[in-house]
Amino acid sequence: MPHLITPHLITIENSGERFQSVDGMSVLAAMEQARCRGIPVGCRNGGCGACKVRVTSGQYRTGKMSRAVVSVADEAQGCVLACKTYPQSDLGVEALGRILQTGPSRATSFSFAIPRPESPRSEREA
Amino acid sequence: MSLTGVLRPGHVAIRVLELEPALKHYTEVLGLTETARDQKNKRVFLKAWDEHDHHSVVLREADEAGMDYMGWKVDSPATLKKLAADVEKSKLCQDLAWIPAGEHPGTGERFRFTVPTGHAMELYAEKDRLGNNCGTDGPDINPLPWPDNLKGIAPSRFDHCLLYGDDLDGTCKVFRDVLGFGLSEQVLLKADPGTMIGAFLSCSNKAHDIAFIRQPVKGKFHHASFELGSWEKVLRAGDILSRHQTSIDIGPTRHGITRGETIYFFDPSGNRNEVFSGGYIYYPDKPPLTWYDDSLGPAIFYHDRKINESFLSVFT
Ligand code: FES
Ligand SMILES: [Fe+2]
Repeated sequence: MPHLITPHLITIENSGERFQSVDGMSVLAAMEQARCRGIPVGCRNGGCGACKVRVTSGQYRTGKMSRAVVSVADEAQGCVLACKTYPQSDLGVEALGRILQTGPSRATSFSFAIPRPESPRSEREA
Repeated sequence: MSLTGVLRPGHVAIRVLELEPALKHYTEVLGLTETARDQKNKRVFLKAWDEHDHHSVVLREADEAGMDYMGWKVDSPATLKKLAADVEKSKLCQDLAWIPAGEHPGTGERFRFTVPTGHAMELYAEKDRLGNNCGTDGPDINPLPWPDNLKGIAPSRFDHCLLYGDDLDGTCKVFRDVLGFGLSEQVLLKADPGTMIGAFLSCSNKAHDIAFIRQPVKGKFHHASFELGSWEKVLRAGDILSRHQTSIDIGPTRHGITRGETIYFFDPSGNRNEVFSGGYIYYPDKPPLTWYDDSLGPAIFYHDRKINESFLSVFT
């Protein structure tokens, strides 16, 4: 667990929301506690990819994240899961959850299918 | 014996990111019992208290969350051979393989295949019996209604899974035409009633043994569900989940589809679990119940009358 002396300031760049980190809490948990909504909340446990963000500035450490939603390449570019990210300085993050959607999916003949940001296989295995 | 062929969902194999927190969740919060461990492949086998067979849940430590496969118990080795041949003949499935006896502890050979939605399924006929620990004068003799020392939520059994995938029609064909399941409920598009977007399938008297929702993905896992005896126990499950600060998705509430009372929550790797009670008795001559997509809200969550943000977009 990171031991913070002073809380860090986290900024969600898409929504402009700002909130403080909480010792031992992930970015997503601290966001929920501050009643901000800029990052979509899913499983809260690193499996579903709903809370995927790109860290634009600052230091952090991460817990284990499902490779099905965060590839090695993603991680190298600072794309991580907010629910498994622990700030070690002030952080800027950009929520990717609803933005990375690329192109119409096959078999989307009905309106409610929500394609998620998923790394293509090739990239994932790279 | 009037229930023949495929008897029930016998196991679900779930990938977890870290074994220790997963085990803590599945044994102390959900309240399953560990029955075997496979150090080499980082697997743990568990069962619910009222299941007689050796295991119904397999946890495997992996880099990705999600489901490895689901296994179905069939009534005999002869049925296993016959259904395996039928699956092969249908040409609807891929990656057909026989897994040797003993690969799961206490389990006979398994026939594995991948259905058109991308999910691996298995059939098997034999699994060691451990019993339910209720007998007072020896196993299964003069039994107690429930055993001592239950932990956590303590469901009676693994009950069903809901899975997401693209070729719903192909997978329905496998379950209905090859494996003999009935369709208890379906969700159709109002504007195009020939298009099914949800299928609830039963191989037994249960309202469903497996369900699929059409989504533009392959092989995805929405939840594994475990049975509780009453609505009051679903409420108590909510208490236990909150006490352990488990990530709750929604509920306690009611499903329109199957009429089950439910709570959804997440394991420490983000795989969704459900505990539920109720539902109805399904018979093969019962007409399928139909929902249209414009009523999907009450079909899924009857009280809210709308699906929550995470129902369609959060899966592993
Ligand atoms: S909310 Fe599911 S991965 Fe973070
Ligand atoms: Fe369910």
